[in-house]
Amino acid sequence: SVSDDDEYECVSVLNSHSQDVKKVLWHPHKEILASASYDDTIKLYKEDGDDWCCFASLQSHGSTVWSIAFDHFGKRLASCSDDKTIKIWKEYLPGSSEGIITKRVDPAWKCVCTLSGFHHRTVYDISWCPISELIVTAGGDDAIRLFQEENSSDSNAPQFNLVATASKAHSQDVNSVAWNAKEGGLLASCSDDGTVKLWKVDYM
Amino acid sequence: MAPTPGLENANPLIFEKLEDRTFTGDDYNELVTDVIDSREVFDLIRKIYDPEHPLTLEQLNVVEESRVTVNDAENEVVIEFTPTIPHCSMATLIGLAIRVKLLRALPPRFKVDVCITPGTHASEDAVNKQLADKERVAAALENPYLLEVINQCLHSKS
Repeated sequence: SVSDDDEYECVSVLNSHSQDVKKVLWHPHKEILASASYDDTIKLYKEDGDDWCCFASLQSHGSTVWSIAFDHFGKRLASCSDDKTIKIWKEYLPGSSEGIITKRVDPAWKCVCTLSGFHHRTVYDISWCPISELIVTAGGDDAIRLFQEENSSDSNAPQFNLVATASKAHSQDVNSVAWNAKEGGLLASCSDDGTVKLWKVDYM
Repeated sequence: MAPTPGLENANPLIFEKLEDRTFTGDDYNELVTDVIDSREVFDLIRKIYDPEHPLTLEQLNVVEESRVTVNDAENEVVIEFTPTIPHCSMATLIGLAIRVKLLRALPPRFKVDVCITPGTHASEDAVNKQLADKERVAAALENPYLLEVINQCLHSKS
């Protein structure tokens, strides 16, 4: 069992953030870790020999970043914040056609879209459906919102539209939302009101 | 957040207390739903004691009815509190005491914002950010010493 001290060990301590870390998340296919913090930044880490190092610090939110979500391909990241916005970040590899400057061999991540004016209070969680590509958010205003990318949008300046809102999804703050990885449109949410709810979205 | 040894503000200005609310007929009628208004929320926080002086937040003018905004229909409460001096190290503690009082007294449907009256404190952004973070607030209240100090502010009699 994992409770035996011999079964596990701490292999690294990453203290890049200057304040509380609210969320950690692994990249869907690469050995990359992302974290979100009260210090308003998102940091990305990769393995560097024997240890891990922070290769990018994403700064754009005006307040605590509560959560992050990668898209299905791991090329984009969505973040949500106490500043009531959602931001979409895109990965630019070294030598990319857009001429984005990168540090040596590491990719650079830039904020390519900000969704504001939709949430009335802190946004606590965000999830990106691998099947439908819909983005769902959990709000401190008791609401759950769905965003869908505009088909025609330019990948360097994508546009997302609010396609649905459940304004009283719960009777208190919605703390977390998660898409089911196998069944498209199936979503779970949980709240300070003590309930867990399952939702089915018609996304065709 | 231990209190400093010497009082920061040894001779604070003391303000007059507001008169008690008079009750009307409807207040006694069981069938009329009570709408929570700013006076009611002010009544909840006015008698909170300052952590350092044997005086209430109302007497120190840290809280005033005019800086309490309530929108019952939208379930919103906003409290602006004014620390007695711009470098008051008790500001976060006072804000926390107000938060805790309202957390315990108001129905859970309310969204409560507690912040420093703009322009009255050197670190107002940092204090406001802490008070707005429910995880930080919960973590602070897990500290038994801090919780005891807050409970004293909420319950001590003059």
